Amino acid sequence: MMNLAIKDIRHKLGRFVLTTVGMSLLLMVVMGMGGIYRGLVEEATLIIDRSDADIWVVQKETKGPFAEVSTLPRNMEERIAAMEGVESARPFVSHTIQRDYHGRVLRLTVQGIPDDGSWLPLVRGRPLSCGHFEMLADKSAKLPLGSELRLGNDTYKVVGITERLNSPAGDAMVFVSLNDALAIRDHQPGEAIRHEREARVRRFEHVAYGSTAVDHAETLRSARERPAALPGLRIGAVLVKVRPGWDVEDVRRRISALPDVMAYTADGQREIMLGGVVARSRRQQALFRKILGAVSAVVMMLVLYTLTLDKIHDIAMLKLLGARQGVIVGMILQQALLIGCLSFALACLIGNWAYPHFPRRVVIVRGDQVVLFAVVVGISALASLIGIRKALRTDVGEVLS
Amino acid sequence: MKEALIAENLCKHYGKGNTSVVALDNVSLALRTGEVVALLGPSGAGKSTLLTALGLIRAPDSGSIAIGGQIVFDNGYRTDPAAFRRKHLGFVFQRANLLPFLTAEENVRLPMELDGLGARASAARARELIESFGLANRRDNLPSELSGGQQQRVAIARALANRPELLFADEPTAALDSALGRLVMEMLRDVAHEHQTAVLVVTHDTRALDVFDRVLKMEDGRICGQERSADVANERSRRE
Ligand SMILES: Nc1ncnc2c1ncn2[C@@H]1O[C@H](COP(=O)(O)OP(=O)(O)OP(=O)(O)O)[C@@H](O)[C@H]1O
Ligand SMILES: [Mg+2]
Repeated sequence: MMNLAIKDIRHKLGRFVLTTVGMSLLLMVVMGMGGIYRGLVEEATLIIDRSDADIWVVQKETKGPFAEVSTLPRNMEERIAAMEGVESARPFVSHTIQRDYHGRVLRLTVQGIPDDGSWLPLVRGRPLSCGHFEMLADKSAKLPLGSELRLGNDTYKVVGITERLNSPAGDAMVFVSLNDALAIRDHQPGEAIRHEREARVRRFEHVAYGSTAVDHAETLRSARERPAALPGLRIGAVLVKVRPGWDVEDVRRRISALPDVMAYTADGQREIMLGGVVARSRRQQALFRKILGAVSAVVMMLVLYTLTLDKIHDIAMLKLLGARQGVIVGMILQQALLIGCLSFALACLIGNWAYPHFPRRVVIVRGDQVVLFAVVVGISALASLIGIRKALRTDVGEVLS
Repeated sequence: MKEALIAENLCKHYGKGNTSVVALDNVSLALRTGEVVALLGPSGAGKSTLLTALGLIRAPDSGSIAIGGQIVFDNGYRTDPAAFRRKHLGFVFQRANLLPFLTAEENVRLPMELDGLGARASAARARELIESFGLANRRDNLPSELSGGQQQRVAIARALANRPELLFADEPTAALDSALGRLVMEMLRDVAHEHQTAVLVVTHDTRALDVFDRVLKMEDGRICGQERSADVANERSRRE
């Protein structure tokens, strides 16, 4: 038996190709939307996952350092490190800056690291080799290897490029030494320091204190001559690695018992991120993904259904010639499935090429793809079966008129 | 000649209540093998309805139909109408109704392949049929590349593919000019005589009536007259 489906496709090749391409673009968008959703979740928890910390220690009463500002004194690191069950403690310093760079907006999340960063996924260049003025930049920052960037009083040179490291907001991450990160964050121009000192002197001038004139003059003099009172170095959080064999929750509870800090497990941090920081955009995208999915399903159904209806006359003729139902169903179903499968394959191809050019990360998960493929096949079959049902019900006598 | 078809007391109405139309009113008729019969009548007389009933396309409300001695309808189908159509009946319509995505040859092969004949055998027979209708060089053309007359000839070839015992044609020449129309009628007659097939042709075209062995007249769902075609032709020439 000759294959009617293929012969029909060959006859209307242009239309077939257009339908397939159109449907593949639609599927590509659906896939992309799912990927963007996955990307959002992945980026949101990326730092937490990559930090390799069991416990996050933050300022008391806060859910920092991502959900809100958290500051801890620099020496908190040593205090925590000295506690029982703690293998290591390192400071977490991270903040986002926005600068103009050669006429474009550069948003960077500056992350201080306590070592040379050789554990980062470097794709080009090398880890940090000295304590100052070098940085590792993520590819998405589009800072070429060897380029220089002035931040605060200092110029930083890009010595290494990482891949797929973005902040929860999608900004490119750059890594510098801890001290450099603090210097960039706390940078004060000379004028600000002069103003601070002047304000201090003024304050003392107007306070009599009820003490002796000599004391007052002495206080004023020292206020004028002492260096500006810079705020003590503050860090955002302390990342704790628990000693093997110790219960993480146990150690966390012990740290949390300290009067000035709060401690979360990595999972706790993840929950804070997904349940708070990105919850709204996540919900929005999940909703949009569902709507898009439903709309695409309806569009695909309609396209395939009308494709079948267009053949109603031919189907009636086939019926008149005494074709078995199987022949007719086979012809329609084969075409619909072929269009569905080809569209899906094409969508994957186009997506492979297009997704890396999206401004935010698109993460294609195999499981999602399998589900989408099953849905596409299901819709193709369902749409054509509805069409076939109608076609088989039509009066054969219609051919006569 | 033996009876190819015997139909008795066929009744058929469309619609319900006030809008109900009696399309067939106790129609009985017989066709003999190798006979070519014209069915004449005004529009709405029930000609197409009769054809679809005899062709097992639309079941009549009541009556009986026997084809080739086998009772196929007796107040209900006594056989699978689709399979019976495929094996024993051929149809030609006003429009050729060829499948647009198949070539002329493939269109002729289709009924044979639907009936399970192999590709080689069906292709050979299709070629033979197409050649006999003078279309050997148009075999691989799509219907859209053929003229109306050529398409109609392919349609007749397709109708004959499975060597049917009965061939039904509903105004097969309505879309053709009179010369071509006559040619097609003559082809149907030759088919009837050569293949010993009974052919029933619904037509409005009274100029080609001399081609037919018999002329049936229908009015208001009843067969109201039967003449030898020669008489009809004579009457016409007398009027002119
Ligand atoms: N599908 C239908 N539904 C309702 N009424 C119908 C239907 N088909 C035909 N009829 C009616 O049945 C009667 C017979 O119709 P039929 O088509 O058999 O006439 P006909 O002789 O073939 O006419 P024509 O020469 O115009 O083709 C007409 O009154 C017509 O209106
Ligand atoms: Mg009619």
